[in-house]
Amino acid sequence: MLIDYEYCTGCRSCEVACKQEYARPAGRVGGVEVVEFIHTLPNDQLFITNIPHFTRACVFCAGRVKKGLEPACVNHCMANCLTFGKIEDLQAQIPKKRKAMLWTKG
Amino acid sequence: MTGKENGMKNDGVKIIKTTTWSPGPGCHGGCGILVHVKDGRVIKVEGDPDHPWNQGRLCSRCLSMTQYMYHKDRLKKPLKRIGERGQNQFKEISWDEAFDLIEEKMKKIRDDHGPESVIFHQGTGRDIGGWISMLAYAYGSPNWMFGLSGISCYTPRLMMMSITQGDFAVVDASQWHEKRYDDPEYTVPETVTIWGQNLPATCPDGFFGHWYIDLMKRGTEVLVIDPRCTWIASRAKLWLQLRPGTDAALALGFIHVMIKENLINMEFVERWTNSPFLVRVDGEKPALIKESDLVTDGLAFNFIAHDPVSNSFVAWDSDKQAYKKKDIRPSMEGVFDIPLANGSTAKAKTVWTLYKENAALYTPEKVSGITWVPADKIIKGARIYAKSQPSALHWGLPIDTIPSTVPTSQAINHLWCLTGNLDNPGGNAIARYAYDVVTYPYHTGGAILSLPPEVMDKRIGIHDYGAIKDFRAWAQPDKVLEQIFSDKPYPIKGMWIQTANPIACTGMEPKKWRDAIKKLDFTVCVDLFMTPTAMLCDVILPAATFLEKDSLKAWWVPLQAIKKVVEVEECKSDIEINLELCKRFMKDFPYDNPHDLFDSLLKSAGITYQELTDKTWMIPPKGHPSKPYFRYEKGLLRQDKRPGFRTPSGKIELFSSWLEKWDLAPLPYHEEPPYSPVSTPDLFKEYPLILCTGRRMGPFFHSEHRQIPWLREQQTDPVLEIHPDTALKYGICHGEKVCCENWLGKITVKALVTPVIHPDIVMAEHGWWFPEKEGKEPSLFGVWDVNVNQLIPMGHEGRAGLGAPIKSMLCKIYKAKG
Repeated sequence: MLIDYEYCTGCRSCEVACKQEYARPAGRVGGVEVVEFIHTLPNDQLFITNIPHFTRACVFCAGRVKKGLEPACVNHCMANCLTFGKIEDLQAQIPKKRKAMLWTKG
Repeated sequence: MTGKENGMKNDGVKIIKTTTWSPGPGCHGGCGILVHVKDGRVIKVEGDPDHPWNQGRLCSRCLSMTQYMYHKDRLKKPLKRIGERGQNQFKEISWDEAFDLIEEKMKKIRDDHGPESVIFHQGTGRDIGGWISMLAYAYGSPNWMFGLSGISCYTPRLMMMSITQGDFAVVDASQWHEKRYDDPEYTVPETVTIWGQNLPATCPDGFFGHWYIDLMKRGTEVLVIDPRCTWIASRAKLWLQLRPGTDAALALGFIHVMIKENLINMEFVERWTNSPFLVRVDGEKPALIKESDLVTDGLAFNFIAHDPVSNSFVAWDSDKQAYKKKDIRPSMEGVFDIPLANGSTAKAKTVWTLYKENAALYTPEKVSGITWVPADKIIKGARIYAKSQPSALHWGLPIDTIPSTVPTSQAINHLWCLTGNLDNPGGNAIARYAYDVVTYPYHTGGAILSLPPEVMDKRIGIHDYGAIKDFRAWAQPDKVLEQIFSDKPYPIKGMWIQTANPIACTGMEPKKWRDAIKKLDFTVCVDLFMTPTAMLCDVILPAATFLEKDSLKAWWVPLQAIKKVVEVEECKSDIEINLELCKRFMKDFPYDNPHDLFDSLLKSAGITYQELTDKTWMIPPKGHPSKPYFRYEKGLLRQDKRPGFRTPSGKIELFSSWLEKWDLAPLPYHEEPPYSPVSTPDLFKEYPLILCTGRRMGPFFHSEHRQIPWLREQQTDPVLEIHPDTALKYGICHGEKVCCENWLGKITVKALVTPVIHPDIVMAEHGWWFPEKEGKEPSLFGVWDVNVNQLIPMGHEGRAGLGAPIKSMLCKIYKAKG
């Protein structure tokens, strides 16, 4: 999973898409949780970053992927900041001018 | 709905393509979705990747639809009150009984007191305006109302846009193109100025907030004006942290800099605005000189300009959209003595001369003192806005929620008029209902039914405010509330409440609204869940979600169908409920069922409702008056097909003839909020923080969704945002209970200590109540503990009857006991 977190707005569509897909209960973390950081940088500028953190419960939507669909979170991400694919393809897609993250299945 | 397009899959799941609008996600809709249905039940909702609006994306509220639709607390059958009001004593009744009861009670009020004694009360503008106004008019009442004080939600901005350039303008994020950003006609804005809106948390008024993320990825820079450091503000090229309620001063500061630094598009201003028209300046108030002032047979809607070649005065013929002398290029500036028909002489200046004099008052230093924004940042902001090409400006609700909303909206609207960023690709495009399909009119008549002038003359507020009389057909809510208690000039006896929750959300001073509702003889509430407002009513009708109803949407684009996918219990759609009652209230009501009505509304698009549902959505073709660009040059805006705008003069009216007519200042100016460190310094000593309210919460749409598990878990309690320095000063720790209080009331909520807010401002959330708490009075689902509207007054509407001090009050805070 490639996370172009520069654009993650913290909308939590990924969290709820995952909960809907797997009928997960409220009150428990699903396959992904978005974490918000509000930083005051050394130049005193405020900067807000959101990072979708994929948990142990994430199965990368193997069932959907087999059917040719995208994982539920990728499909619904409001900022289109998640990309799913083979690691070598994703590596090539890492945006050049921005910080990004690769999350692997292991 | 069984169309061939929706092929049944092997697992018995049908996938149906439809679009969203209101009940359910609650929002202003527009998204394309794929609904998975099995055995008559919705099992999943996904974004439709083929829909140009959302391109497969979907927010957490829509993704929670199954929890919403099949929630155990959903209203399933009509309810009739059997105990005291507010005591949660209701009995389930059949729809026939409910309709019979409503018919009987409301007809009795109509017979005894006249139809105007019933108020038809809606919430924010969703799939309701057309249907509730139709019901009001079928019943015979002119009092169709949106209950927010000063109608402070988009209506002030819409009114101001309508009288300035004859049409509404919204940011062009390529929403008029099927191929979106890749359409060759489209240009990505160099800069978008986001003025008072936390866009990723909202999809306001026919707009998808995350389009800005798409634009940022394509190179758009953002300039953000907001008292809070939002996510998007933290990524802005420049962020201006202004004091709430001082937006007009900031816009005038921008205009000051733009004029001083020659950043005005003078070619556009000279050709398309009323800048050369002459204004009389020796009277009590400046007034446009009309042809009828100069010659006895002149017309009152023709205006006068000065021809420098012949040094004479020439009339602008508003009908013909031409000067009465050929090939003139009128003086843009100057002071003139102009002979009048009555033999006297008037001193006159051009609009542009006056405009420059007005803007000269707002130096960056002065504006900095008013707005708290440093002068160098004001200059930088003005340059970024004016030099970017194209430059688009997105404004938010804070422009409505101040009593000075009229001059504020006007000043900001002028920014795109002074730079020519109007109806250009990537600027502010003129937005009309797609294919001119109107369900929900902005004029003073009705879209489906209308009432005779003598009945409309009883509409509450029109004799107080010209803007209320001449723009839209709503009753003025502050005046309505006053009249419920005064009975003057006539008594109010009933209220029909649909898509609204005034006790928890739209009502300022909500205890007054509670008393008002309880004072009436008969009240009906249409909703999907029991709410603090429904609890006070006599009959409650269970409404359908958007997946349980047929409807249509044309706001602004595309034109699209909303399709009934399933039924849930006995819930009925708003349109079905209202149409049934229309038949009972009005003899010869012209529509037998919703589809007949939809077909009639769709005539301007040349299709039937069935054809629309087959297509799901349609975008107007090139050359259609409801599709950009540069329609003012092509004669696509005016009825007479002449180039120009739909204003009295046909020009963009920088000096507004409508405001002059309503006895309001025709040029923009700054006015202090009624309660502020400047207006009320003594109160400020006791209440030393500015109370701002209403910033959007992603999981909730206003007062909705607090009972939906996947949404409520995102935020369990209402919060008050407090800057760390301020929290330290008052000894308040993050997460603990804090009281926020002023002379009107008090709430107790959780402290959210965060640097995103200015140290002298606190931000309270709106719309909170607790579906899990005791429903009957006095608790009303705990609403009185947390509803911040208790700190905001009714009756402070602005001079036009529009705007109210909702985001710029004063308060003090302290740690809650216990």
